[in-house]
Amino acid sequence: MIRGKVHKFGKNIDTDAIIASKYANFSDPLELGKHCMENIDPDFGKRVEKGDIIVATTNFGCGSSREIAPMTIKGAGISAVVAKSFARIFFRNAINTGLPLLECAEAVEMSEQGDVLEIDLSMGTIRNVTKNLVFSAVPYPEFITELIEAGGLVEYVMKKMEEDNKKSK
Amino acid sequence: MTLVEKILSAHTGKKEVKAGEFLNVKVDMVMASDLTAHIAADQFEKMGAKKPFDSQKVIFVMDHFFPNKDVAAAEQIKRLREFSKKYGILFVEAVDGGIEHVYLPEKGLVLPGDVVVGADSHTCTYGALGAFATGMGSTDIAVAMVTGEIWMKVPQTIKFNYSGKLPTWVTGKDLILYTIGRITVDGALYMAMEFTGEAIKGLSMEGRFTMANMSVEAGAKTGIVAVDEKTKAYIEGRSTRPYNVYTTDSEADYAAIVDYDVSRLEPQVALPHSPDNVCGISEVSNIRVDQVVIGSCTNGRLEDFEYAARVLRNKKVHPDVRCIVIPGSQEVYLAALRAGFIEVFISAGAIVGPPTCGPCVGGHIGILAAGERCASTTNRNFIGRMGSPRSEIYLVNPAVAAASAITGRLTNPEEVVK
Repeated sequence: MIRGKVHKFGKNIDTDAIIASKYANFSDPLELGKHCMENIDPDFGKRVEKGDIIVATTNFGCGSSREIAPMTIKGAGISAVVAKSFARIFFRNAINTGLPLLECAEAVEMSEQGDVLEIDLSMGTIRNVTKNLVFSAVPYPEFITELIEAGGLVEYVMKKMEEDNKKSK
Repeated sequence: MTLVEKILSAHTGKKEVKAGEFLNVKVDMVMASDLTAHIAADQFEKMGAKKPFDSQKVIFVMDHFFPNKDVAAAEQIKRLREFSKKYGILFVEAVDGGIEHVYLPEKGLVLPGDVVVGADSHTCTYGALGAFATGMGSTDIAVAMVTGEIWMKVPQTIKFNYSGKLPTWVTGKDLILYTIGRITVDGALYMAMEFTGEAIKGLSMEGRFTMANMSVEAGAKTGIVAVDEKTKAYIEGRSTRPYNVYTTDSEADYAAIVDYDVSRLEPQVALPHSPDNVCGISEVSNIRVDQVVIGSCTNGRLEDFEYAARVLRNKKVHPDVRCIVIPGSQEVYLAALRAGFIEVFISAGAIVGPPTCGPCVGGHIGILAAGERCASTTNRNFIGRMGSPRSEIYLVNPAVAAASAITGRLTNPEEVVK
């Protein structure tokens, strides 16, 4: 179960906002996390507490293909992002780096800065504890669920390669 | 089927594919840059791979923080050089190099009908050649490097039909800025944008690359232009590999069709801090600029510098402006030199730099201070993209950029070229 305070953002939060490209050759998630959202909210890294949740409106993560964007969000201590929609490269990168994303317009509409949310990933439910409301996120396509259950794309492909090797032997 | 569906279907062995389907797609080229290849290399090694699926179909291009901007970049690039050597991967650095999205097409490494994936969001640029090309993260790219395949969701296609002949000083950059301004930065989210119509027919390959390049700025998975005589002429002399030409079957295959009459369009400007914050050049007045950048994967090709040279010839850059010109590749640089453009730039007072993504990505060669404004031919004007979070970026075409360098404020080229 994920539980944390809401940090609310608007639309089109881009990858340069999430992590400025001058940090693009950093690789330590904790170090990256300190600079999360620096360009648009310089104190964000200091305010976030472990487990907190980002809530944003549409097209979250637009822009660059940098995989350090979801790594930075995780490194800052954020446990999940709830948004009305996600940019597609960011969506792939989040799955590959194990950052949970939930698409749920109602939860975004009804949640404010500082509200406490509880998220059950297996059920896809988002509970706003502060307001005592429950929402259901848009379920992932079956293939994406398979990827997540395997532990990510690399693990999924490695498992498949292993099975193919066994078959050919 | 659409043009995109046909390419993807040919790369899966299925007779027919439909938008929304999840597929494992075979790839013809896998690309990463100095900014993204190191994570792909880590994942490659984590997977225990002995070799890439085809070492001639994997390419690392050093361009973002290249020429090495600091020790960290130097170390990263050194490691990638060694990694590429070990596995026989194509490695592009100083000799005849350039910005990845200028380099790959000009070397004939992408052809019509190909599927290309790259660890850079502007990989969609190659759609101008009638290929299916899209950006992904480093982990996806590592999997493509090892297996030669990657999962994709087949996108729907929106057809953009541009009617009319483009007025003077109106370019592919203006068409794509205008389009993003109309549909917004998530107007084509998860979709393919197919560019068609009279104005596209009239556009050079350079202009088409610019348009496909910025399709990601509308959220699109790719932007694509069907092959015509101009595409074939571009490929001539660059590659002898056979290629496949596809077209969309019928109008009914598109998710939507959008028509724009562009015969009276004026040069466009994307104001800070979003590529969809677009207006015509006549609607902005007296916006002073401190820096002008002409180059990048969006506008770093020969025709772009021809536009800029036409404006800057026998003129002087405003004394308060740094005008930075960056050819997109060594090949473009040499061609611009031979055409006399480089002399025009230097005589006018511009700085000509080596091919690099440098300023566009806030890396080096043209970082902005707080309060500074830049007129740039690049693709993103996000907060802090080129330096200080308190700087501002105005996205324009190369002729507008050059005109603005002369006057020191955003300027229609008509004003300075009589």
